[in-house]
Amino acid sequence: MSKYQDVIIAGFGGQGVMLIGNLLAYAGMEAGLNVTYIPVYGPEMRGGTANCTVVISEEEIGSPIIFNPKSLIIMNRPSLDKFQPRLEDKGTLILNSSLVDVDLVDKKRIKAFAVPANEIADSLGNTRMANMVALGAYIEATQIIPLKVVQEALPQVISSHYQHLIPANSQALEAGANYVQEKGSL
Amino acid sequence: MSKKRLFVKGNEAIALGALAAGCKCYFGYPITPQNDIPEFMSRELPKKGGAFVQAESEVAAANMLLGAVSAGIRAMTSSSSPGISLKQEAISYMAGSELPGVIVNMNRGGPGLGDIGPSQGDYFQATKGGGHGDYRLLVLGPGTVQEAYDLTIKAFDLAFKYKNPVMILGDAILGQMKEPITPWEPEVPEKEAKEWCLEGAKGRPPRVIKSLYLEDGALAKHNLKLAQKYAEMKKEILFEEFLTQDASLIVVAYGSIGRIVKSTIRTLRKQGHKVGLFRPITLYPFPSEALQVLAKEGKKFLTIEHNLGQMVEDVQLAVCPYAQTDFHGHLPGNLPTPNDFEEPIIKALEK
Repeated sequence: MSKYQDVIIAGFGGQGVMLIGNLLAYAGMEAGLNVTYIPVYGPEMRGGTANCTVVISEEEIGSPIIFNPKSLIIMNRPSLDKFQPRLEDKGTLILNSSLVDVDLVDKKRIKAFAVPANEIADSLGNTRMANMVALGAYIEATQIIPLKVVQEALPQVISSHYQHLIPANSQALEAGANYVQEKGSL
Repeated sequence: MSKKRLFVKGNEAIALGALAAGCKCYFGYPITPQNDIPEFMSRELPKKGGAFVQAESEVAAANMLLGAVSAGIRAMTSSSSPGISLKQEAISYMAGSELPGVIVNMNRGGPGLGDIGPSQGDYFQATKGGGHGDYRLLVLGPGTVQEAYDLTIKAFDLAFKYKNPVMILGDAILGQMKEPITPWEPEVPEKEAKEWCLEGAKGRPPRVIKSLYLEDGALAKHNLKLAQKYAEMKKEILFEEFLTQDASLIVVAYGSIGRIVKSTIRTLRKQGHKVGLFRPITLYPFPSEALQVLAKEGKKFLTIEHNLGQMVEDVQLAVCPYAQTDFHGHLPGNLPTPNDFEEPIIKALEK
């Protein structure tokens, strides 16, 4: 079986789900794989849920849009409600347990990792890096590409205005990965 | 590995392809979901010594394109469905005047203002005319971001080769999705329009570029010349066949829908269903003969589109009298996923 992973990343507009989607896909490309990234915007953009889909594959990629993903990164409650039922059986879920009740997770059916992404990001000095914590957790849980490649891709996806935040974001990625390594799945 | 891969949106790949192809002028008016093209061009084209103009309307932009290509300059305009409708007069004039304009349509839902999501509702408009009069465009339907780059380069070459407008027909999916591309630089011929373009008549008789033919028999003669050109364009036919050889059912789908169907076909193959994909890449000229070959082999057909049935008419013409094609139309408003096509494909297979 050749390497393949797809993920829907969802949260509130402003939580940076598009940014980590971009980062994951860019890093996938740098790791020598085929990748697609597609954002879903719409009337739900402000205040509601925003989401994007990333596909990473050794093979040529067909659809960039996936109905039953193999994995999810869920940053808020409405996103869990919307996408958890669509996650493949035995699929991987990274859940931002800072904002979503862990009891809502369908533990029997899926492999879930509860990560208090906001708290971890807070402890590193900036709540807004919760997205990076979640992505770091995702990389550790799926092992789809090395974390180092993701960290090295940061300068390419963070706008030039925010380049000074790269070391902190890199640290946040690592903190997410470490958390999963220590605590494992639910 | 040759050149470093870039990670870009389909819209940006079109703009990058245009720059690589030596596009010197861009004229446009903003409309979702193609705004990344003018955004990119406004930033990058002047750096290459080109001109970016945000026109006062789509009508103006298309006529500016007509003017620029009359001077033998590689130039383009881009828009999305309602904006493309506004450009039709100038497109018809370019076809009639044998001018090599490149037009990009990132198809959104319609009719009317429709929505801003993806659609293939402009297939008829792109391939059957759109503007008035007896003319054809070369129409290219990219399915991947790399193809968006490659086919944009090809669009400029074909436009000048045939002295005919070329349309790139994408949609909101292709425009907004990102994928790696490997950029390449084509050779751009320097004096490709020397024989016909308007550049000042000093030292030679003046030239006239027009689409008006009032003399007895003149328009008939002109239109026959155009017809001959359209017949020659058949050399340019492109398509992709995926697992068609042993398939009992061929799904015909183009652009974004083509690639989404490819995923469905992979899934169904794993379940043992003998299905394959035929993805037209040139939508005009349409790959009728290749489809007819498959029809003669006794295969069944299903056409899938993101509309209520347009390309299906071309497929039906191509496969008759050897086969009939079924049709499945995905409606606008929700993004199509590979799952949406499983049931229609199985149904057509079992019919």
